[in-house]
Amino acid sequence: MSDIYETVIGLEVHVQLSTRTKAFCGCSTAFGAEANTQVCPVCLGLPGVLPVYNKKAFEYALKVAMALECDIQKTVKFDRKNYYYPDLPKNYQISQYDMPLAYNGKITIEDEEEGSIDIGITRAHLEEDAGKLMHDEQQAFSYVDLNRTGTPLLEIVSEPDIRSPEQAYEYLKALKQTIKYLDVSDCNMEEGSLRCDANVSLRRKGSEKFGSKVEIKNLNSFKAVRDALVFEQLRQEEALEEQEKVIQQTRLWNEQKNVTEPMRTKEEAQDYRYFPDPDLVPFEVAPEVLERVRQSMPELPRRRKERFVNQYRLSEKDVEVLTSEKPLADFYEAVVSEYNDPQAVCNWVKGEIMMHIKDRPKGIEDLGLKPGHLASIIEMSKKGKISGLAAKEVLRENLDSGKDPEMIVKEKGLEQVSDKGELESIVVKVIEQNEKSVNDYRGGKENALSYLVGQVMRQTKGKANPKLAGEMLRKKITG
Amino acid sequence: MQDILSSFEHYHKWLREHEEPVAETAGFLTDRIRQIEPDIHAFIRLDKERIVCRGRSLDERSQGGALWAVPVAIKDNICIKGELTTCASHILDGFRPPYNATVIEKLLAENALLFPGANMDEFAFGSSCETSFYGPTRNPWDLSRIPGGSSGGSAASVASGEVAAALGSDTGGSIRQPAAMCGVVGFKPTYGRVSRYGLIAFASSLDQIGPITRNISDCARMLEVISGYDANDSTSVDSPVPKYTESLGKQIKGMTIGLPEEYMGEGIDEDVRRSVTESVDVLKRLGAKIIDISLPHTKYAVSCYYIIAPAEASSNLARFDGVHYGYRSPKSDDLIDMYVNSRSEGFGKEAKRRILLGTYSLSSGYYDAYYLKAQKVRTKLSQDFDRAFSECDCIVTPTAPNTAFKIGERMDDPLMMYLSDVFTIPANLAGLPAVSVPCGQDRNGMPVGLQLMARPFDEEALIKVAHAFESETAYHKMFSGGCG
Repeated sequence: MSDIYETVIGLEVHVQLSTRTKAFCGCSTAFGAEANTQVCPVCLGLPGVLPVYNKKAFEYALKVAMALECDIQKTVKFDRKNYYYPDLPKNYQISQYDMPLAYNGKITIEDEEEGSIDIGITRAHLEEDAGKLMHDEQQAFSYVDLNRTGTPLLEIVSEPDIRSPEQAYEYLKALKQTIKYLDVSDCNMEEGSLRCDANVSLRRKGSEKFGSKVEIKNLNSFKAVRDALVFEQLRQEEALEEQEKVIQQTRLWNEQKNVTEPMRTKEEAQDYRYFPDPDLVPFEVAPEVLERVRQSMPELPRRRKERFVNQYRLSEKDVEVLTSEKPLADFYEAVVSEYNDPQAVCNWVKGEIMMHIKDRPKGIEDLGLKPGHLASIIEMSKKGKISGLAAKEVLRENLDSGKDPEMIVKEKGLEQVSDKGELESIVVKVIEQNEKSVNDYRGGKENALSYLVGQVMRQTKGKANPKLAGEMLRKKITG
Repeated sequence: MQDILSSFEHYHKWLREHEEPVAETAGFLTDRIRQIEPDIHAFIRLDKERIVCRGRSLDERSQGGALWAVPVAIKDNICIKGELTTCASHILDGFRPPYNATVIEKLLAENALLFPGANMDEFAFGSSCETSFYGPTRNPWDLSRIPGGSSGGSAASVASGEVAAALGSDTGGSIRQPAAMCGVVGFKPTYGRVSRYGLIAFASSLDQIGPITRNISDCARMLEVISGYDANDSTSVDSPVPKYTESLGKQIKGMTIGLPEEYMGEGIDEDVRRSVTESVDVLKRLGAKIIDISLPHTKYAVSCYYIIAPAEASSNLARFDGVHYGYRSPKSDDLIDMYVNSRSEGFGKEAKRRILLGTYSLSSGYYDAYYLKAQKVRTKLSQDFDRAFSECDCIVTPTAPNTAFKIGERMDDPLMMYLSDVFTIPANLAGLPAVSVPCGQDRNGMPVGLQLMARPFDEEALIKVAHAFESETAYHKMFSGGCG
């Protein structure tokens, strides 16, 4: 990026709220069911039906609004956004127009150069999702699946405060992390529960005036958002350098070719003819509801990070990993509460546990690991009851069978041998069998001792206390 | 033919005396209707087999229910599971709802005998029942005249003695105005009193389902059955439903009834004015105190209505697009064509006129000047009523400025047609309960209607006054005769 221009980015994010039922009827919102099996007269928009709003969706939206430090509208009103499309059964979408549920919020992101910066949230409003079209190009037929129709969405619109593709990436990361902490959406971009459109324009540095804005759609991964913005930033810069005008338009991200392509060159001004939905009576947000939602708010990622650093004396880097997801942070704290060695627990979680999580689709919850079990493994290892190697084996076995770690140690005979008498004969045997190494050690090669310790470990199937074995070997050899 | 349907009570007595199964009665009633229908055309369709079948299912149940075996005509915009429901429009060709409207559930729970398919103006757009895709309904009192609209089929079916009662829907007077023109009772409950779930919407903020009957006591019975909170309708109001039948036979001595000057001025047929004036005298004689009141914003009601109602209608009717159900034009090459052709061929002239009107007034740049302004006028109108009801318990007016006109007379003059509802529209805009009761005849023998309006949720006041009036007069006993 040159020094002449400044990039201005605003993001529109649609979050699918993970209510069990749809925004205005009782149909299931589960993903992946057979087409048109999760529909009723209401979400099909059949003649005569009426919408009834989902209180849960509303509370979920309130949670996000509070987490984003938004002002909350006192009276909730729904509007109709009128447009024709076969996946929209009523040919209007119930949304919120001039009175969004939440407005004027912010979220803090980390920028490599500038540190913490606040990105403003213009508004967040509730709306219903549309259905899906499936095109059979061979047969020239189109099919409509209305399972998704009426699924509650929260549209979160940022201020044009984002200055680079990196920041856009960080914004999405922070937003996703926060929303996942609130447990109101799984934020799965592949399944469409988090969707993002980006508005990007360039302007001369120091200018207050915005340049022509390009909207990029079809961004279905975090990477796509960043790559598309990088591409678009360059494309617009080149255009400006060549004294060309950047045309205001909607472009699609082509992931195969790694380019944005114009969707419509001529931007037709859509007139959505918004007006208040007369089927949904406006209502006041009850103070009790606000209070209940406030009570249910979890500690949010930033606060939690700060607390972890202070309370557990961990490094920022460690905390970053531990608090990346709420269940992981919860798990960490549960283990520490059972065995109070924050750094040791941290090392285990960051190391072994993360390694096991990597193979799973979800996270710590999928592992089925009990905090008490991990605490007991760490404790046994720390106290020298089992070796580090054995500890890892106990964890693996525990993950497979769920058996109590102490039982595993007993059954497999993994207890570390720290008894001199028991080790004595083995140490003698190892010295006899490895004359060369013994001589090497005598000759001053420190490494040779590690080899001999390894031999003791092997003969004891890892049960020997390596420290003790080392000491005994040294004494015997140097006599 | 014996007028067995003159009242529910009379009909029930007849049923008891004849000891015939409901299935038989259903067949007999359907045959009677079939004789009358060529003249009246109150029904778009009449499926004898289904009606007899419903009668048979009633026979299998224990007798009882407030509406046991009572034949009730259902306006064609109220959904009945598995039954064709078309809003008298081509665009809903073949549509059978997979669910029952809440009012239908309630009628069924009281064992009513449903007669679906009552004719109406297409999508309830009209004041004469002439815009039906299936052809107009005729007034039983004079077959050359309109029955009033849009629940013209419902009103005519009751007036001609085809059925004992009917359900209509009232957006700007569509229950009261045809009731007045057919000489029967038509009741529009308070907005939110009766669930709209299953009523194919015309204008959501104005629509309300209500009964049409031969007399006010049957009306009270019907109202008692269909009223009440419905969790499926966010606009339905959660307040207890009084026993409306207990308001029958009550004295009206001491009640204050307001007579708004704006409703008795120019443009009113002389015979209508005379009948209303005489009716006011009757109320006075019954001990009511009559006072003059003013509702100054009445003159804006029609303009205001013709902004709000089409605006909502344009959005409500967007779902009829030939994609998911109903009529789809066979002559389409692409998606836009499919929409355009299906809607062009599926909707009638008046429906298109209103869709265009509504689309225009909601468009960006016009919204503030039309829709928003109309909403403000609507508030002013409601305030007029609030003021009036601080002085009186009830307001009395003519239901319509004139009696039933000739078929075709106003078809080419939409503005004149729109004025048929000038006195009924204010109650819809303000969400008030209102009733029309027969109160006289004009020089041609056509019935005149008297409208009563009350405070929101004070349906009881209307029943009380209407019943007292009915007990003192014989207009409700007049019968169109054509079929009696």
